[in-house]
Amino acid sequence: MESNVKTVRKGKDEKKVLRKQLKASHTLLKHEGISTTPQPTKSLVVANGGLGNGVSREDLAAALKEMGELESLVMPPHKPYAFVTYRSEAGARKAHTVLNGQKLQCGESSVTLYLSYVDSVKHQEEASFSLPDGLVLVEDFVSPEEEAQLLAAVDWSSTDEDVTAQKALKHRRVKHYGFEFRYDNNNVDKDKPLPAGLPEECVPVLERCLKDGHISIVPDQLTVNQYESGQGIPPHVDTHSAFEDTILSLSLGAKTVMEFRHPDGRVVAVTLPGRSLLVMKAESRYLWMHRITPRKFDLVPACEPPSHTSPDFGTQSGLTLSKRGTRTSFTFRKIRHEPCCCAFPSACDSQRTASASPPSPPSLPRCHADAARLEEEYVHRVYDAIASHFSSTRHTPWPHVCRFLSSLAPGSVLADVGCGNGKYLGVNPQLVAVGCDRSSALVQICAQRGFHAFVSDALSVPLRTASCDACISIAVIHHFSTRKRRLEAVSELVRLLKPGGQALIYVWAFEQEYNKQRSKYLKDLNKSQNRDRSPVENSSEETQEPHKVPSVRTHGCNPTENLQDASGVAESKLSVHTNRTAFNSQDLLVPWHLKGGKTQEEEESPSGLSSRPDAHSGFDSSVLSGSRPNSGEATHSSDTGQTSGCSPAPVFHRYYHVFEQGELEQLCAQVARVKVKSSYHDQGNWCVVLEKE
Amino acid sequence: MKLLTHNMLTSHVKGVTKGYPLLIKATEVKVNEVDFNPQFVSRMIPKLEWSALVQAADQLGHRQDLPGDLVPDYEKNEDFLKKVHRVLLEVEVLEGCLQCPESGREFPISRGIPNMLLNEDEV
Repeated sequence: MESNVKTVRKGKDEKKVLRKQLKASHTLLKHEGISTTPQPTKSLVVANGGLGNGVSREDLAAALKEMGELESLVMPPHKPYAFVTYRSEAGARKAHTVLNGQKLQCGESSVTLYLSYVDSVKHQEEASFSLPDGLVLVEDFVSPEEEAQLLAAVDWSSTDEDVTAQKALKHRRVKHYGFEFRYDNNNVDKDKPLPAGLPEECVPVLERCLKDGHISIVPDQLTVNQYESGQGIPPHVDTHSAFEDTILSLSLGAKTVMEFRHPDGRVVAVTLPGRSLLVMKAESRYLWMHRITPRKFDLVPACEPPSHTSPDFGTQSGLTLSKRGTRTSFTFRKIRHEPCCCAFPSACDSQRTASASPPSPPSLPRCHADAARLEEEYVHRVYDAIASHFSSTRHTPWPHVCRFLSSLAPGSVLADVGCGNGKYLGVNPQLVAVGCDRSSALVQICAQRGFHAFVSDALSVPLRTASCDACISIAVIHHFSTRKRRLEAVSELVRLLKPGGQALIYVWAFEQEYNKQRSKYLKDLNKSQNRDRSPVENSSEETQEPHKVPSVRTHGCNPTENLQDASGVAESKLSVHTNRTAFNSQDLLVPWHLKGGKTQEEEESPSGLSSRPDAHSGFDSSVLSGSRPNSGEATHSSDTGQTSGCSPAPVFHRYYHVFEQGELEQLCAQVARVKVKSSYHDQGNWCVVLEKE
Repeated sequence: MKLLTHNMLTSHVKGVTKGYPLLIKATEVKVNEVDFNPQFVSRMIPKLEWSALVQAADQLGHRQDLPGDLVPDYEKNEDFLKKVHRVLLEVEVLEGCLQCPESGREFPISRGIPNMLLNEDEV
């Protein structure tokens, strides 16, 4: 395996390039929460040497073993790096000297490895392998003979110009029997059965499903999908109103990995071997999205149990890559004739809930209870539902906030009230930082990152009075729906401060254009190139087409007229904001287009950046075509026309009160024992620094 | 939940005046090794409610031999700082609950995260 690593003498220029590349790799690793150390240790992070880059465990281990005896090799799933720990520091030193900047050949392509020392290797807790509720996988459900018969029964050549039943979709070949599934409305025409029923080869299979109790009614619709290596299907939930509960999916040919994703962010990868039957019922059918990532390799458990290689190899080390072949799936479904009344309204097109698509937007709250209810439905529930996607778009701390955090004395106690995914908790490691958020799904992410965090409401923070040297409230207070509640939120922050302590508050500004400068929220239409520009509303709001940005406020929307209070001047319904346009009201609902298919890794990992053609930062990737954020499912997850029998990606609406110039200062002025030290406009946000007397 | 967090948390149930410190009822406790930074620990000590920390460590069986009163010149006492480091940053309650000493209200800790949300009538 030594021949896999090409050693080349480096010239001066090459060394310079290597230094630059190393620097870039450090920056990227920092985004992943990996801190490197200049001092040699026994452990190294191997950038580019990850499963996410198409590097197999076998190839990497072979190259690393040349340098010394290994204690462990941890390859986190989907990541573009790996961690190696040598038995001795000498081994790590040798690997660092010899392998850094060298190319590792894996299959037909190669990657350039960059190694840096790390203090310790975190064995992240492996997500539990339990299947989604209602999901059953039956291996060897059909015999090889039946498999051959079923595959032969599909006549891919018969193309009828008038029938759209057979389509070469971008990602796969598809053919329908019984009823046509229409990709224009993601439903079936229930009154128009196709002339051909289900192929008779399916009959014995379905009879067995009945006999084994997987179904109680015989399906009347069949969709056959054929996936070549590198093809996939975007994340989707099969349309509730179109099909009954149980969905059967028979996998023929090559094995593949299907990924199930719960709205709370849980992801379960299920390996579907050839000739296996997947039964989706209940929650797994109605609530979990499933997809096949378009790629050429899958992560699968290594054939050899980890204990055979070394007892110290951690659980994650047992993964390797499996090359995909052609897979054909037979999906059997029963047409539904009544509206769906499942227990999962958030994902149900028959029971369109208010948060998924408000048929009648709520009114401004007129009393405390109204306000709490509004926030519960249009803030708290939404963040819990979008937590994972939201977090994946919130990775770059905002420079002015960082400056505030860096200005605090070492050892200062900091409370981040409304900490989200915790992106500010680690900015200044000299601080004693504690975060809290209303969303337990977001707090869970903080905890996974090793931060101190708990679940609490910003109106009643369970921290001792005067226990904090500093507090931050970044993009939180604009979610309170009455002035009284916004005032209480500021008062609560001030309560936590010690005398002389400071609080930094950011809220979204009504004025997205200030001093003739448009905020990045307005400008950042080309979101695929530039993510996370605004701390509050960065680029995740998906815009299908660039919206016209009015240079003046829309007529008839004098914001002061809409300024409401608990007393309630108007019973006006909240308007739904159009993403990336100027605001035309101060109280509004802002849509969030959930991209279930986009994983966090794809959005923020070094591999995500590396696939940009202009990225010369040294992460040379691209073995897995499917790992590119701009390929396949990422762009099509919202393109319902391309997906098989799925509901469109859900849209959630969050309530916001966007602040007018001066409003935040006025609010803070009403709080006793505190003064506004400074205030400013920062990329479409109003900001104040308060100091407690 | 690390004991650093516990040291800052207090019960905020309406009407409660003596909600600190919260009692810890742990069903699962883990000790994770965390890099020791003596300067960080000694800077943290004056910010703490010392007796609450010792009491919490005691409840979890991790008091070691930490004194009930803060020792003078702890900045130079590396052995002492290491013990404080352990109870503050390494001992973690994964499952259990926190109980308000006055009202008896329990706040669940699940997967290491205390849930301090109150019901409407408790605010």
